[in-house]
Amino acid sequence: MIVSPTNLAMRRFVADYGMVFVLLLLCAYYSWVTYAEQNPTGSAGARQLAGVILRQFGKSSAVLIVARDSSEDVAFAETLREQLVEGGLNVVGVVKGQPLDARQALQNIVEQGRKLDVIACNQSTALWTVVEQFADNFPSLASAKIVKPRSYWWPNFLKTDNLLNVANQIAVIAIIAIGMTMVIITGGIDLSVGSLIALSAVIATCLIRDMGGGETASTASMILCSMAGVCACGLVGFFSGIMVTLFAIPSFIITLAMMLVASGLAFIGAKGQSIYQVPDAFVWLGRGTVWGIPNAVMLMVILYAAAHVLMTRMTIGRYIYAIGGNREAARLSGVPIKRILLLVYTVCGVLAGIGGIVMASQLKSGSPTYGGMYELYVIAAVVVGGTSLSGGEGKVLGTLIGALIIAVIQNGMNLTGVESYTQKVVLGLVILGAVLVDRMKHRGWEWLGLGRKRASRQP
Amino acid sequence: MPDLTTPLLRMRGIEKSFPGVHALRGVDLELQTGEVLALLGENGAGKSTLVKILAGAHLPDGGVIEMDGQEMAIASPVEAQRGGIAVIYQEFNLIPALTVRENILLGRERNPAGFIRRQEESLAAKELFDRIGVGIDFDVPCGQLSVGQQQLVEIAKALSLKARIIVMDEPTASLTPPEVSRLFAIIRDLKTQHGIIYISHRLDEIFEIADRVTVLRDGLHVATRPIDEVSREELIELMVGRQIEQEFPKQRAIIGAERLVVKNLCRASDVRNVSFCVRGGEVLGLTGLVGAGRTETARLIFGADRPDSGTIELDGKRLDIHNPRDAIRAGIGLLPEDRKSQGLVLGRSVRENFGLPNLSRNSRWGFVLKDQERDAFALHVTGLDIRIPHQEQLAKNLSGGNQQKIVLAKWLERNCEVLIFDEPTRGIDVGAKHEVYLLINRLAAQGKAILMISSEMPEVLGMSDRILVMRDGAIAGEIPDARAATQQAIMKLAVG
Repeated sequence: MIVSPTNLAMRRFVADYGMVFVLLLLCAYYSWVTYAEQNPTGSAGARQLAGVILRQFGKSSAVLIVARDSSEDVAFAETLREQLVEGGLNVVGVVKGQPLDARQALQNIVEQGRKLDVIACNQSTALWTVVEQFADNFPSLASAKIVKPRSYWWPNFLKTDNLLNVANQIAVIAIIAIGMTMVIITGGIDLSVGSLIALSAVIATCLIRDMGGGETASTASMILCSMAGVCACGLVGFFSGIMVTLFAIPSFIITLAMMLVASGLAFIGAKGQSIYQVPDAFVWLGRGTVWGIPNAVMLMVILYAAAHVLMTRMTIGRYIYAIGGNREAARLSGVPIKRILLLVYTVCGVLAGIGGIVMASQLKSGSPTYGGMYELYVIAAVVVGGTSLSGGEGKVLGTLIGALIIAVIQNGMNLTGVESYTQKVVLGLVILGAVLVDRMKHRGWEWLGLGRKRASRQP
Repeated sequence: MPDLTTPLLRMRGIEKSFPGVHALRGVDLELQTGEVLALLGENGAGKSTLVKILAGAHLPDGGVIEMDGQEMAIASPVEAQRGGIAVIYQEFNLIPALTVRENILLGRERNPAGFIRRQEESLAAKELFDRIGVGIDFDVPCGQLSVGQQQLVEIAKALSLKARIIVMDEPTASLTPPEVSRLFAIIRDLKTQHGIIYISHRLDEIFEIADRVTVLRDGLHVATRPIDEVSREELIELMVGRQIEQEFPKQRAIIGAERLVVKNLCRASDVRNVSFCVRGGEVLGLTGLVGAGRTETARLIFGADRPDSGTIELDGKRLDIHNPRDAIRAGIGLLPEDRKSQGLVLGRSVRENFGLPNLSRNSRWGFVLKDQERDAFALHVTGLDIRIPHQEQLAKNLSGGNQQKIVLAKWLERNCEVLIFDEPTRGIDVGAKHEVYLLINRLAAQGKAILMISSEMPEVLGMSDRILVMRDGAIAGEIPDARAATQQAIMKLAVG
């Protein structure tokens, strides 16, 4: 049978990344159930409202802007004023505060005898009594109209903020899952990553507190301290690698031991306490954004791109797959097994360390309790992503999809108000389902006769 | 009257094929209560397949099996057991952590209310061991027993299953002489009530213990004779056949200087003081029975295992080989005996498999040069006539012959100076075999040194320039000119 290249590429895509469809399905489902009326707020709401006002009211109309003092409302008020002034309207007042402030502003206008054409509100201030019934209190202004941003229908799930939130929430797990994917493809497992999160976070924050100058630490010293945390985790990974290669200790055992050791070290280092003495700038990695994209998400994307290239284009990736697929055949083909395994375990440790720094930055503190059970979530992401625990098979991008599936389910359940205990049950079942699919991929198709058909086609 | 002439077991016209191999072609076998029947044949003659059919591990493609004149179907090991057939394999089926008693009664515990009645079980075990006349502590885990004792446990287990036919596959392979004589005493005792099939390569033992002998060759039943009526020479002749039946396209290349020189290679008891050389353009055939240390020797040369002592030289330069990587760099290639478990990463594409030992050439700064690799592989696909739909084909979905060619392509691309072929034609079809032979000729003509390990006597005779025979880890003898060799001569060296 002649297989056309596009057909082949399509088939391989489905085989490798079939989980994409599950992810899309989940997104569609949660979009549907969270479809709700949206009230534009902040700058976005202001821009929409400015357009309406500019169209409906002539130039030199007098506008009073009424907003609360929350940061979102302040942004709303500021943006709206800018836009209206730009459009040539006369902004007679901007209220950023309580109903009392609004009353005062209206009072001022009446007292100064100025005219008022428009009261620009957002969804919440439009409901203030003073605004709703202004005509009764200030009859001289009765001709003014109240305008507010128009509401529209859109899924809560699909709001940009929520999607970025989903990505940000999963960043730590997804970053560590890169290393775990590599380890699992070689046929091993690394249980120590959860504890390494804590170790790295504690080392970094301790060093910042004790040597970097605490809350006044400079950027350079923060970077150095964070790198120390990452390196320490890399060393733990390297040690696990040595044990696996030179002493042939099963990876499950040695990383289980390292899980306890790293966790204990984190508690000792932090004396059982959380460490909060870090400068405000420390949250740049975990909470900061560049061009609207959270830095942690950016880091995650960069690391995935690099890992994908490594696994698909580079000799190291080829070796990793070969070792997991058939270690003896790989050895007899001259693959430097020990070197590659050492590298893989070290990389896994380093990535766990990076994950720890991201988490410390997100939470602006370091604590030895960070990362509890995370190794299991990481393994779940890898497995849901289609990587076989028996090794030799799997894709780094599949793991990203797996991590996103977990994040989407969690986020969707949060949005739909599923309580956290139920969430655990659902997540557990999802992981089970993924493993079942993996088994079916190996055996089920042959039971169904598909595998045989394919085999008979071979010369 | 029928009771006297009906044999305990009769197998008639047993047929069995595996992909690429016709393992059994209408084999007949008869066994009476009260006799020991020796089953004899070269490696790959079909003995193991026949035994596995009897044990229910394989289903025959054709033929009839009768017990006491009653036709029976053996579809699974459980049915074989129920039918009264017990097979004692070379690799025992005992669970090391369980005690003797637990092993014997595994799956048939005396536990009416869920609680095991140790007392009762111990009595049953004692009775069994009394019958074979040995005492063993029933409460010792089997892992702590010697091989000979474990074998006794297996025999007791067979008796506890009320087996009427007991098959023993190479039972003396790892026994000490006193253990062997005790085993023989037990067999002589058992055969009064049982029929025993005894498989062994050791002719001495067969003459000592067997009543009759059935010889298989290439899946065919060659002869069944009472042991008193055959001589040793006759048996060897029956095993190897009279002439080479296959055509070998051997072309003799000009034989040059010594290239690969192996001196005093040792590893435990597997390889004992092995020394030989392979010259340029020469095909050195290395043969012997399974377990004689041929593959083990090859693995030492290739760095797959570490030798205890010994040196390896290539073109007069001593090689320092610690792992296969070193060997490959020195210009040695190994076509392993089991391509599925050692030659290929089955779950990856054929191109990736081809590329594994050649990545140093087909990569730059750690990045694989895919196009270069694809072009290089395409040349071999054409040159070796590898039939694949595309280069991304997974290795596991290929026939044996095509898989073997992929492994060959790996080493051809590296242009190895020394090539070790371990059972190069095992399990591949006639056409692919022929192509492998032509390739060996071509490599020899290029002046490469070729070490060909094979259990197939005609292949060794047909393709080698010189032949080495190994026995029990050591070189048993050398036949300087393969043209002057006979299968009988090789077999004599191999069995000792």
